[in-house]
Amino acid sequence: MDELGIAVQLERQTEEIFGNGRVEGLRFVGGDELRADLVVVSIGIRPEVTLADLAGIDCNRGVIVDDRMRTSEDRIVAVGECAEHRGTVYGIVAPIYEQVKVAADTLLGRDEGLTTKQEVMAVTRAGTGCGSCKPLVAELIQVAGGGGEESHYLCACRKQTREQLAGQISDHGYEAVSEVSQACGTGRDCGLCKPALAYLVSEINDNRHREERGARHINDRVHANIQNDGTFSVVPRMRGGVTTPDQLRRIADAAERYEVPMVKVTGAQRIDLLGVKKEDLPAVWRDIGMPSGHAYAKALRHVKSCVGTDFCRFGIGDSTKLAIEMEERWEGLHTPAKVKCGVSGCPRNCAEATVKDIGAVAVEGGWQVVIGGAAGGTVRKGDVLTTAETPEQALEAATAFLQYYREHGEYKERTYDFVPRIGLERIREEVLGEAAGARLRERFRLAKAAAAARDPWLERDEPYHPYQFSELGAVDGDGADSNGAEPALVGPPEGAEL
Amino acid sequence: VRGSAELEEIRACAVEDVPAQEGRVITVHGRPIALFRASSGWFALDNTCTHQGGPLASGLLSEESVACPLHERRFELSTGRALDHDCGAVASYPVEVRDGAVFLGVPVARSDEGEPA
Repeated sequence: MDELGIAVQLERQTEEIFGNGRVEGLRFVGGDELRADLVVVSIGIRPEVTLADLAGIDCNRGVIVDDRMRTSEDRIVAVGECAEHRGTVYGIVAPIYEQVKVAADTLLGRDEGLTTKQEVMAVTRAGTGCGSCKPLVAELIQVAGGGGEESHYLCACRKQTREQLAGQISDHGYEAVSEVSQACGTGRDCGLCKPALAYLVSEINDNRHREERGARHINDRVHANIQNDGTFSVVPRMRGGVTTPDQLRRIADAAERYEVPMVKVTGAQRIDLLGVKKEDLPAVWRDIGMPSGHAYAKALRHVKSCVGTDFCRFGIGDSTKLAIEMEERWEGLHTPAKVKCGVSGCPRNCAEATVKDIGAVAVEGGWQVVIGGAAGGTVRKGDVLTTAETPEQALEAATAFLQYYREHGEYKERTYDFVPRIGLERIREEVLGEAAGARLRERFRLAKAAAAARDPWLERDEPYHPYQFSELGAVDGDGADSNGAEPALVGPPEGAEL
Repeated sequence: VRGSAELEEIRACAVEDVPAQEGRVITVHGRPIALFRASSGWFALDNTCTHQGGPLASGLLSEESVACPLHERRFELSTGRALDHDCGAVASYPVEVRDGAVFLGVPVARSDEGEPA
């Protein structure tokens, strides 16, 4: 401070600030004075370290950090006026800017050579829970100068993008995940990209691929959604949210017979049986006698609808009819991420179609087709793709978009990210053009013909493996050949194709 | 468990009982063990994920690891070591394939855990 030309007087006790109408100076104990035109009163900074202290993190005056801004708890960093670095707690802003840069590097694993969102997520686990902070991680990488446009890798371990692998699959005619793994190494290290690769292989082969269930998530091996206790949820198809007394009776009977712990009406206008044991799945499906609702898959989930013109006195379009047609047309096909839809029969929009991946809203003289909406962790009002004159035309445009998304979406990339990434104008060009749209719809038809002809829940009678739904049983004897408890086989294993 | 002296060998299943690239649970003396048929060989680990108890037998396999189906915590197939997380390891068990059958080495059930003497 001396060097800056500032005289510092320590241990002084001010007795009076004096002046006439305005300040003229300070009088200290002992009588000497300091002339002043302006007096600034300030107190110092004392870091609040109670929380860190209680958490067992090393503290001195502040929270002690190393040169990478890490506290004594490896995964917690500290910056700013609470942090004590090499014995100093900084109270001015310049060093703290430096600290923030270093902390960002640490959080991003920059010192470990990490430059992509996926790598950062793998090391820090940021974004691997609910995932809602993923965009923030990407933004951090950008802010911290993490290079230019980030590549999205399908296989993060081998740094292979979807485009690269798609090229390999097309060029060599690969028809199974294991073929790609053998040739390119994809999925051999951590294995987490195998479902993404399975989707890519099936999509490029128009679903005429060789299915390998081991490459699928457990949900797609047993066609049900695994719950936190290892049980599964069962959601039958209930197109447009329309059901019948007979269906409800069968659902109720199955729920009682298999002692289903919770029966819940979902936000998707259908019914969820929660807590079903894996080995009970085939029997529950058989008793319900309804097709799979694909509530466990990256696929079309549901098309929510309002009552529409059938009963509603405000309805101007038959929303339930269009919703049911839409669901029938799209159900059973896998997509890069789940696809939730809605159809509203008037602009009051009771089916919330404008915050769906794909929605349709009846307006005077036609149907507005809306894409890229969301009302989950991300809330996004969908973009109007087009306004069609008839429900058939609306469905055609929407189908072309769905196929475009199937072909160009990154695995797990929802439409609310996909649409802004590609851009609405480009999507309109690719989807609404008569020839381009027709080609997309034809490829969609091909894929659908192979994939969705079969309800996956029919595997209750034709399992892909005798142990598809069962475990190996229990051994309680005293050694070899004590495997007395033969596992209960599901379905008719005799003669089943293995 | 691997390396422990007091192991008994039990016949777990036939080779074809576990689909390729998948795992299944075998419950030995009340302990659920995940038996894996990976492309790199057969492995056995405790079935219960150390993170939130997910069933590892239903996880995704690579050549070296299994990822829990609930939150993708990964474990090394050959040792049970935790990979990229700090929820702790799971026990691993030796597996051997002979004459189309899969054998598992598990700790001997102590007599005092069984019938009262």
